[in-house]
Amino acid sequence: MINLEKIVEDTAVELLKKSVTELPTEFLEELKKILTTTNGAVGQAQLRSMITNSELAKKSECPICQDTGVISYIITLGDDFPIRSNLKKILRTATRRATEKIPLRPNSVDIFKGNTGDNTSEDGNIPIIYLELVSGDKLEIIVMPKGGGSSNVSVHKMIKPGLGIVGVKKFIIEAVADAGSLGCPPYFVGVGVGGSEDLCMLLAKKALLKPFKKRNSNSNIAAIEEELLTKLNQLEIGAMGLGEGPTVLDLHVEFTARHPASLPVGVVISCWALRYAKATISKNGEIIYN
Amino acid sequence: MTPIPEFEVRKLEIGDVFFISGTIVTARDEAHKKAIELYESGNRSPIEFKGLAIFHCGPIMKKTENEWKVVAAGPTTSDRMEMFEDLFIEYYRPSVLIGKGGMGERTVNACRKFGCIYGSFTGGAALLAAQGIKKVKNYYWLDELGMPECLWVYEVENFGPMIVTIDSHGSNLTAKILSNVNNKKEKLISEMK
Repeated sequence: MINLEKIVEDTAVELLKKSVTELPTEFLEELKKILTTTNGAVGQAQLRSMITNSELAKKSECPICQDTGVISYIITLGDDFPIRSNLKKILRTATRRATEKIPLRPNSVDIFKGNTGDNTSEDGNIPIIYLELVSGDKLEIIVMPKGGGSSNVSVHKMIKPGLGIVGVKKFIIEAVADAGSLGCPPYFVGVGVGGSEDLCMLLAKKALLKPFKKRNSNSNIAAIEEELLTKLNQLEIGAMGLGEGPTVLDLHVEFTARHPASLPVGVVISCWALRYAKATISKNGEIIYN
Repeated sequence: MTPIPEFEVRKLEIGDVFFISGTIVTARDEAHKKAIELYESGNRSPIEFKGLAIFHCGPIMKKTENEWKVVAAGPTTSDRMEMFEDLFIEYYRPSVLIGKGGMGERTVNACRKFGCIYGSFTGGAALLAAQGIKKVKNYYWLDELGMPECLWVYEVENFGPMIVTIDSHGSNLTAKILSNVNNKKEKLISEMK
């Protein structure tokens, strides 16, 4: 008899470890490629530190960055996967265990009582759990520990619908320029347009995890992404905001329908160390890391 | 080597690369606020910061038996400390600030007046930073402020590299770069179709 709850918990702990200690290979390779095309000793030195540090993290199984972020889980739950409401309890336990074992930095601060010490909040909101319901008998878990520095420069605005797509593009350029040196560039940029004041931010956050350098399947959106990538890199913020090297590594835009009177835009920015890890668990306990 | 005398600090200019050996102390938002409040109420912080380096960092630390070890200790965004740093420099006279992302006008003025510099360390490079830390000498305010916010006193050897982005002569490299970014932004927005 398999203990599926235990399997899910152990997998979540493993994913947390993987996400904070291993920079996804394609990002590491990209940093190495950029190093060869970056002019300027200052920019090169920053990129070299990022590369060496990431390699060191994987080798030593220690976190890439001390800011292991607020933990969020993006869950896709199949109809026939037997664990339902217990999932929240399991993920909270996994978060506590990972905080002690890896260790993660305790990043959950109660404004009245201080740091809770274990990356959870008493009210059950932290770690953040996003849930998507699908058919099938599998559970997919993506963990995304996102640091505070780049979250602090993420922005949202309800712009006037009359400003249209040009207004959206201007807002994105403003958002990244204003992030400047603060959020550990070169950045990954996720943009959500439409929905509501909260949905556009969620779309923007999830957009960060879309396939690296793969443009949107809608050709109109793909063209906007291309244009923004070119223009954002003309801002010349550079690696760590020191003016040399790229400003943005990738960008994805998601559009959804909106209220006729509203044009919500969300821009979620990630530092160069965009961290996530993913696994799928079937109802018989088989785990696939992908 | 800490304590760093003022004349050494005054030799450095923006763009220079430097390393530190000696004592550095982590301090973020809460620690700055508390240290300033202590001073203004006629008390002192538990450690003498004069001539030392202040590290804007909230590390991951691990306790092994009776000893604390550094797991990861990269810089945090220094801009959050801009609201405290000029008073902190005036009251406690550190020689060096280490962080990332740069700081603003108030800190630049305090650095010029009191002989202090700001060095930028690569953000996210928490293990490179940890390699330069040889020993945890002490810690203060852990119970009250928690692991990321308390004061950790580290003995370091060749800690770095840092690039001077604020020197003690009133120059701010980050401000220069960001002013260029701002000009580009205005141009891109005005040309947007």
